Amino acid sequence: MSDNDPKWRPPNPTRRKFLLTTGSGVAASMVAGYVPALAKDAAAKSNSAQTSGGPNIDGAVPITLRINGKEHSVRIDPRTTLLDCLRETVALTGTKKGCDHGQCGACTVHVNGRRVLSCLNLALMHDGEEITTVEGLGTPDAMHPMQASFLACDAYQCGYCTSGQIMSAVALLKEPCGPDDASVKELMSGNICRCGAYANIVAAIQQVRKNA
Amino acid sequence: MHIFEFIRPPDAAAAIAAAAQSKTAQQGADVRFMGGGTTLIDLMKLNVETPDRVLDINRLPLDKIEATPDGGLKIGALVRNSDLAYHPKVQKDYLVLSQAILNGATAQIRNMATVSGNVLQRTRCVYFRDTAMPCNKREPGSGCPAITGHNRTLAILGASDHCVATNPSDMCVAMAALEATIHVQGPKGSWAIPFGDFHLLPGNTPHRETVLGPGDLITHVTLPAPVLGSKHLYLKLRDRASYEFALASAAVVLTIAGGNITRARIALGGVGTKPWRSPEAEAALAGKPANEVAFRSAAEAALRNAKPQSENKFKIELAKRCLTHALRTAAAS
Repeated sequence: MSDNDPKWRPPNPTRRKFLLTTGSGVAASMVAGYVPALAKDAAAKSNSAQTSGGPNIDGAVPITLRINGKEHSVRIDPRTTLLDCLRETVALTGTKKGCDHGQCGACTVHVNGRRVLSCLNLALMHDGEEITTVEGLGTPDAMHPMQASFLACDAYQCGYCTSGQIMSAVALLKEPCGPDDASVKELMSGNICRCGAYANIVAAIQQVRKNA
Repeated sequence: MHIFEFIRPPDAAAAIAAAAQSKTAQQGADVRFMGGGTTLIDLMKLNVETPDRVLDINRLPLDKIEATPDGGLKIGALVRNSDLAYHPKVQKDYLVLSQAILNGATAQIRNMATVSGNVLQRTRCVYFRDTAMPCNKREPGSGCPAITGHNRTLAILGASDHCVATNPSDMCVAMAALEATIHVQGPKGSWAIPFGDFHLLPGNTPHRETVLGPGDLITHVTLPAPVLGSKHLYLKLRDRASYEFALASAAVVLTIAGGNITRARIALGGVGTKPWRSPEAEAALAGKPANEVAFRSAAEAALRNAKPQSENKFKIELAKRCLTHALRTAAAS
């Protein structure tokens, strides 16, 4: 098995699975403890088309969100951002919380096919709209071309900003964007990478655009 | 975040009636219209804005861009910044507006932010955004720590002893130069406000930023018919190449005939407490040959009344060079 073998696929245990299966009891319990009880509940039901969860608190309101083609009926505090609803209520943790103030782009998702910041949106604003997160883009066995390109170009280091970068990059393919790297950099300026993987991110995006 | 009631009014009349119950439409409003949320949700997380009721107006039918009978453009209040910037008619006839919008924020934010929300964008002054600090804009009478504190990015035009906060919008600078009109529907009916009259100088009431009262809903913005053959440019200078607010910017709309400037509309950004139209620069250019002498004298005129803060004397020369370069580049285009 080598990088030159066209049939080669990278081993793909997720970080979460890796920690849960091979880590110490401490690591496993940390991860288990991290996922809120209600989110676990929602995740357990995620095979059905409907999930329900969310805090049973005063003032919580019902909402049905259409995420990655599946409807999720949940109860949420009206203050819940789309980001927090995705992560904590629906248990789709691929979307990341960086700054929580619209300054880093880690929380980028698509609403009706356009990229937006899920941290500066209330979940309640989006009932009935088509929400796509990185989980809806591809699977480890059938990656979106942009995901495959990020992998091939080594377009990440720690990976925390990566889902936001990829969601932005996929949206960029449909936006007016000049052919040069400078145009890509300008339209990707809302996605900050603290590791500084920018050069490879631009290369990954340009590779997909060239092959399109 | 302060708890609030989330309401989606079925139509503009219901939205206006609900908002009319607010004590004010200015800082500290207890009822707020929610557009893209890019400013409001940010400020609600910081507890700078604490509305009891949030009115989601995103599904009102105010999202069209249409030609007006007089050859101008009618832009619905809920048109997203990216849709406006990439609209073929805006790119053809109002290029300065497209350039200004695309120089602001990021692709994600431009997809969310609305035209009316951008008109109402709030200052980035760090003291305004920090509830642990005094701020006359946020809490009238509490003082302005910016005057003796961190004020490098703040205003050199239009400031008062009570507030030196900069208006951060790029879009508004272009709209000021294009002589846009803001159309409002409110409890007392509909009216139109020339762009230059919409934002208020801070004076001794910096918490009042616009002429809007409770229940007043911006429904659309109109642009007059484009001036044939005019040259447009928005030039923005900032600390980073992208995703940063202006230290100085200039929106320029020039008409040149036979080497002479027959018409000039000039506005500056990043330097004023409101989007800064400069009639002084326009007068300095009118009828003059389109050359370096005229460009520099216009820049001198635009900044003649500038008063620097303790950390931003550099902005005066920066703004002059920004405008001079914008005029030079536009004239040569």
